[in-house]
Amino acid sequence: MTSTPLSARGVRKRYRDTQALDGLDLEVSAGTVHALLGPNGAGKSTAVNVFATLTRPDAGEVRVGGHDAVRHPARVRSTIGLVGQSAALDEALHGRENLVMFGRLHGLPKPDAVRRAGELLDAFGLTEAADRKVSGYSGGMRRRLDIAAGLVTRPRILFLDEPTTGLDPRGRHEVWEMVRQVVADGTTVLLTTQYLDEADQLAAMVTVLGAGRVIAEGTPSALKSDLGGDRVIITGTGPDDLARMAGVLGSAAVVDPDRLEVTVEAGAAGGGAAVVEVVRTLDSAGITVDDVLLRRPTLDEVFLHLTAPDHVLDPEGAAR
Amino acid sequence: MTDLTSGISSTVRQTWVITLRDLKHWQREPWGPLFGILFAIMMLLIFGYLFGGAIEMPGGGTYLPYLLPGVLALTMMFGIDGTMSVVTEDTKRGVTNRFRSLPMSGLAVPLGRAIADLGNSAVQLGVLMLGGLVIGWRIEGSFLEAAAAVGLLLWLRLAMLWLGIFLGLTLRMEGALTMVQVLVWPLGFCSSLFVSPETMPGWLGFLAAWNPVSATATACRDLFGNPTGITSGVLADHATLLALAWPAVLLAIFVPLSVRAFRRLG
Repeated sequence: MTSTPLSARGVRKRYRDTQALDGLDLEVSAGTVHALLGPNGAGKSTAVNVFATLTRPDAGEVRVGGHDAVRHPARVRSTIGLVGQSAALDEALHGRENLVMFGRLHGLPKPDAVRRAGELLDAFGLTEAADRKVSGYSGGMRRRLDIAAGLVTRPRILFLDEPTTGLDPRGRHEVWEMVRQVVADGTTVLLTTQYLDEADQLAAMVTVLGAGRVIAEGTPSALKSDLGGDRVIITGTGPDDLARMAGVLGSAAVVDPDRLEVTVEAGAAGGGAAVVEVVRTLDSAGITVDDVLLRRPTLDEVFLHLTAPDHVLDPEGAAR
Repeated sequence: MTDLTSGISSTVRQTWVITLRDLKHWQREPWGPLFGILFAIMMLLIFGYLFGGAIEMPGGGTYLPYLLPGVLALTMMFGIDGTMSVVTEDTKRGVTNRFRSLPMSGLAVPLGRAIADLGNSAVQLGVLMLGGLVIGWRIEGSFLEAAAAVGLLLWLRLAMLWLGIFLGLTLRMEGALTMVQVLVWPLGFCSSLFVSPETMPGWLGFLAAWNPVSATATACRDLFGNPTGITSGVLADHATLLALAWPAVLLAIFVPLSVRAFRRLG
């Protein structure tokens, strides 16, 4: 029980003319949400399919729940829950029937499967819809039932492949709430996503994938600070002010005349100190401003920066 | 030993769960199978009444008793695309992948599908035979012979549905289902189902006689005591043997291939 829920070393998988995974290394810590972030074609889904024993890797070592995924796929299957990209539910069956069916296929005796289905429906607010056909469910309900189906046997690790793709904002929040609940109950979650705010909201660790390998890894805040410091954005009251501001703030100031904005990068001292410094400088020069804003780089910027085509990796393969 | 027995008993249990699930589909969404029956009845009426008068029977006999076992065999064969479409649908929705991620036997999902579809086909056969009796078809053979004929038809259906499972798991390009739905027509008609191969040009008659569905249809005509339209050749001598052997060969090929395809989808 003390082994890591998932560790992968040098995993490679080739489909005809694309190298989907090109030496992927990954370590997931128990009891956390770990996000695999990357654009389409980065290898996220292939990675999940390899971890969930659906796809055999060409090379590399994968251990899930303490078992070797290539040599003992059946043992791995009894420790995982998989929630794929499309809601893998039987549309003609009721919500409850779906959960009972998956429980029974996991080897639960019928009474246990029925009890577990009831618990999950309760826990995720689906009791009211439990005895209706899934084909009438909303996108968010369907997704929640889908995730519940991945939890019937209390897996050690739950794989969520783009769990909120195609959901409206309300549905996304419902799913996020559910993921938090799942982790609070002690299950480890590996989720793939293209949405940076999703990784930011849920994940303790983020691994950014590009072309089948890891291009950056860290906590969301570490990734953001790696990209560079905070920025102070000053909005002037008129075009004439901008030139004066740029003059007193020095050569590092970037002027955007269309938006009446001047941007200054905060130095090593941090964003708070930089704001004080900027305000003091402008005040002593007698320049009035409309607004001063401190902004941290978003994960979006990190992501675009890391996945830009001209991004170069250093020899260790970590982000520049 | 205990591993093996517990393995078998869990495979049986999983197969049963899948079978019940597939049967529930017919109950919740009966339009597919109902349409299948309507289609067969339509074929019966078109051939029985529209074309029937123009068709001559080698070796004598009237057309309706010849036609009915042919329509029964055609219905069994056209089951391919029904099975294929539900298997494709499961794969498209990701349901198949979820099954594959569960600790279950690779045999359970396709086998459960096979049992459910076979049950559905048995109902179809019953309805069609009743319909046939209503419009004047008669079983001249004994009860046991008739039961054997039904057995041969279901045996054919079993082979066809494993073929459908295999195609559903492996042909994943857009339009594959339509392709199969089109191709079953020439395959179904180049046979003894509607006209005797003896009325066809030599090479075509040869192909038609060796068509697996011809063997089943001819053997069933024999067993039902209906005219076979066959006076010589392989079907005259070995129809029952072929009706047993053809599906056995198809099963020996497509059951292992389907189980393998199920495991290898990714």
